[in-house]
Amino acid sequence: MTTSLFARYRTTAVVWILLLTAPFWLTMLGGYTALAGRVVVFALAAMSFNMLLGFTGIMSFGHAAFFGLGAYGCGLFLKYVMASTLLAILAGVLLGGILGTLFGLLLVRRRGVYFAMVTIAFGQVCFYVAYKWDDFTGGYDGLRGFARAPIWLGSWKLDLAGNANAFYYFVLALFAIATALQAFILRSPFGRSLLAIRENERRARFLGIPVERHIWLSFSISCYFTALAGALYALLNNFTDPLSLNYIMSGNIVMITVMGGMRAFWGPLAGAVLFVMLQDYISSMTVNWMFFVGLAFVLVVLFFPRGLMGILQKRSGA
Amino acid sequence: MVTNLGLVSTGRRRLIKAGAAIGGLQLASPFIIKARGETPIKIGWIDPITGSLSLLAVSEVEGAKWTVDQINKKGGILGRPVELLVEDSANDSGTGVQKAHKLIERDNVDVIMGDVNSAIAYAIMGVTAEKGIFHIVPGGHTDPITGADCKWNTFRTCNTTAMDASAVTGELVKKFGKRWFFITPDYAYGKTLQANFVKRLQALGGEFQSDFLPIASSDFSATLIKAKAYKPDVLLNNMGGSAQINCMKQFVQFGMNKDMALGGALFEMEAIRSVPKDAQTGWWTLEWYWNQPDVPEVKAFVDAISPAIGGRKPTARHWMAYVSIHAFRLAAEKAKSLKGIDLAKSLADMELPRDVSLMPGKVYYRGGDHQLMSDIYVGEVHPAEGDPDNLFTTKALVTGEAAAGSVESTGCKMVWPS
Amino acid sequence: MLQVVLFNLTNGLIVGAFYVLMALGLSLIINLSNVVNFAHGNFLAIGGYFAYTLTPYVGFWGALVISPILTALMGVAIEQLMIKHVYMRNHIYSLLLTFGLGFILQDTCRYLWGPSPLPLGIPDSLSSPITPDLFFITWYRVFMVAVVVVAVSGLFAFLKYTRVGIRIRAGTLDLDTVAALGVNVAGLRSMNFAVGSYLAGLAGVLAAGQVGLNPNMGDELIMPSFIAIIVGGVGSLTGTLLGGLLIGVAAAVTTVFWPSASEAVIYVIMALVLLLRPRGLLGEEGMLS
Repeated sequence: MTTSLFARYRTTAVVWILLLTAPFWLTMLGGYTALAGRVVVFALAAMSFNMLLGFTGIMSFGHAAFFGLGAYGCGLFLKYVMASTLLAILAGVLLGGILGTLFGLLLVRRRGVYFAMVTIAFGQVCFYVAYKWDDFTGGYDGLRGFARAPIWLGSWKLDLAGNANAFYYFVLALFAIATALQAFILRSPFGRSLLAIRENERRARFLGIPVERHIWLSFSISCYFTALAGALYALLNNFTDPLSLNYIMSGNIVMITVMGGMRAFWGPLAGAVLFVMLQDYISSMTVNWMFFVGLAFVLVVLFFPRGLMGILQKRSGA
Repeated sequence: MVTNLGLVSTGRRRLIKAGAAIGGLQLASPFIIKARGETPIKIGWIDPITGSLSLLAVSEVEGAKWTVDQINKKGGILGRPVELLVEDSANDSGTGVQKAHKLIERDNVDVIMGDVNSAIAYAIMGVTAEKGIFHIVPGGHTDPITGADCKWNTFRTCNTTAMDASAVTGELVKKFGKRWFFITPDYAYGKTLQANFVKRLQALGGEFQSDFLPIASSDFSATLIKAKAYKPDVLLNNMGGSAQINCMKQFVQFGMNKDMALGGALFEMEAIRSVPKDAQTGWWTLEWYWNQPDVPEVKAFVDAISPAIGGRKPTARHWMAYVSIHAFRLAAEKAKSLKGIDLAKSLADMELPRDVSLMPGKVYYRGGDHQLMSDIYVGEVHPAEGDPDNLFTTKALVTGEAAAGSVESTGCKMVWPS
Repeated sequence: MLQVVLFNLTNGLIVGAFYVLMALGLSLIINLSNVVNFAHGNFLAIGGYFAYTLTPYVGFWGALVISPILTALMGVAIEQLMIKHVYMRNHIYSLLLTFGLGFILQDTCRYLWGPSPLPLGIPDSLSSPITPDLFFITWYRVFMVAVVVVAVSGLFAFLKYTRVGIRIRAGTLDLDTVAALGVNVAGLRSMNFAVGSYLAGLAGVLAAGQVGLNPNMGDELIMPSFIAIIVGGVGSLTGTLLGGLLIGVAAAVTTVFWPSASEAVIYVIMALVLLLRPRGLLGEEGMLS
């Protein structure tokens, strides 16, 4: 019993040790703290997306819409309303989450490629609004003129703007809360029902599970978390633009999730590490990095459908 | 159970050993460089080498690499060798910001140059301003970079839309008339460009109609039908990239070039080369052109760089890289320092010598907004005559100062750190 | 005003015809093999690039004939190498696989032909307008429509009258029974993929003549294809035909009144169709769920 408990949390422990000490060992390996921040943000977006893909079995190809809405919500709040980082994050989460929830209502009866196509359509419409409404959003040139503001806790200041490490740990803290919530949801009876829907929808329906409602809830929850990732992304760059909304970003999120392993909870994190590292290192070495990323992705889909986590799990005999 | 744990720990041990080895190598390498002698001056160059703007970025990077080689042959800057670190922003602003952090924090560059894509240039400006790093934007065109969003540490080499619009409007009105039809891409840059044109046109008593189209339009029949019905003197093509090319192709195919003149602001050489012969037409502005018989320094430059870029003639993009890097060199040599604030103060209002500016006029980065006051070449595009790159004939040269408008009109309020 | 609308209607039909050609290839592949080929736009681009390379040797007409065949061969090669592994699996894998494949193909184009846009020379005889009044209808556009008509009729004839065509149609409805009847299903799928790729290559040559070549051209053209299929209805080729024409006309008419929305309007149409009548105009219920 002790062994299996250890085994169950071993991955989580390794992950957290690596994440908490990242600024220290990362610079030694030729990385830099902003890179770690980027990995965590993409990991959060991918893990949120994976609630839908890996755990419910539903493919959305327009999830960047919610990522981007989170980013714009956060940025617009900081620029036009108030220089409060925490409230701006909340604004971003609500914008992406609420729009996702409403949109999800319209989608629940569709499946498969239809579902994917409608999400692409929604993403493109959001993209179009973002770049057309340029007086408000800055249009194609992006939303600028906002920056992460320091957070005051009593008389102690958390300097997010100046201190890269401080911001990294702030992002990590929010990541921790978000993933803990996600794990809690996925382990609950509701989460189990999502797995049932993924495996065999008809049977799940026969068991009395309200399939449409649960899919809608899963979609909605996934959108809230994805929007959180988007808000953090806007803070990471002090900038956001319509490209955070379009189908290329959606495709990146999908690739990260699948390459890391969509059946494992931490899979997308591994995928984010792989993807960001690949992009960072390979793009410095060759102009044709897109080819290698595409090739890696194709190989994963064909031969390693369980992704990186699947390979690691197999080798450790788990 | 025991076997499994054993396998796992050996695997992890191996991983840790490998990680330590890699880490050790990274720690060792700076020592290796120091052993060689002088620490080089590093220029960080961020451009969208992959993506839809890559053909422009590739020219800039070619120009940059050659310029750095030349500088190193003549002893470098402040007696130290120069190293050019090129990063791909992949036409994505998040990636651009990430690369900026990488160059500044990991590679300790002394100056950042980039990006062709205006949005990414903005995003990078946020990082460089925060860290006080000297930043030159060689080829990102949107006006607020040296306008409403100007920063003390950022300088820009290429033209603003105000400069281009005012340079060509006068010539077009003089030659063809005051009734114009605009085809403009529907985003901030396009709208600013048209607004600037309209301002100048209306000041000359002109009238116009316009259509705003999606950026990547490929079929212009509907708009061209409208244009023909309006019977303008000039069709003003503000589209960019492939859209610009397709619009011109269709314009010529529909025979409209017999009814009206074609004009516009920027037309990059890289794009002109890829247009079919019968569509190589119209009146445009170029930011720099290789064929300047009156300026001997230009011929020297063209002859020197041409072998390094496959025997072709350099384009304005090569020139932008060349000027930007030399501007950095001159600023560093004048300030005898590499600190951002010193470089910025010494470059502001510094007149560039002709072997750097490669233009006849007085060329300098204006102190009020850090915009380069360069000459603007207004002329006609035509099929190649003689040399395959002889695709343009300069008909008029407008100085940057005359075209740019006052600092107040750009909206820039430069704030220097105390 | 009426004249302008009529002009644009005609124009819309011409553009729509082109969308039809692209979408039909994609539709064929979806119907039989349940594979959604996200890389279809890149197949189109490669068809255009093949034509660019061939034109100096065999002229435009030669390239028009040979290039789609080369694209079909390439398609079969890809199908044998990669795609056939995911037939038995969940839809999602084919989407993912072809998505990654798109990256590979796009970068290959970039590597082989460079990032600069390239022109494809069309014969002078096709470059001029048909009449001075109808100045926006060049002979090339008429030619395009003619090619599309021939290709579509050819396709429908192929499916109706040849044995392979009948088998493909049967396979679309019930592949298991077709297999049980002793037909080589693997071969059938390859043949089907080849025909779809052929159509993509043909569309690519035509597109290249109209808008030139660049490595990203596939990305721009893939979305209208999907939308045409969804609007017309998955599983029905006639539906795809109607869908393509419909969105071409919609985009053209929108350009008259609100030019900057002409790109967005086709997404809006797709969203409306998916929400109100998800099987599309002529599709069958449940084809893609």
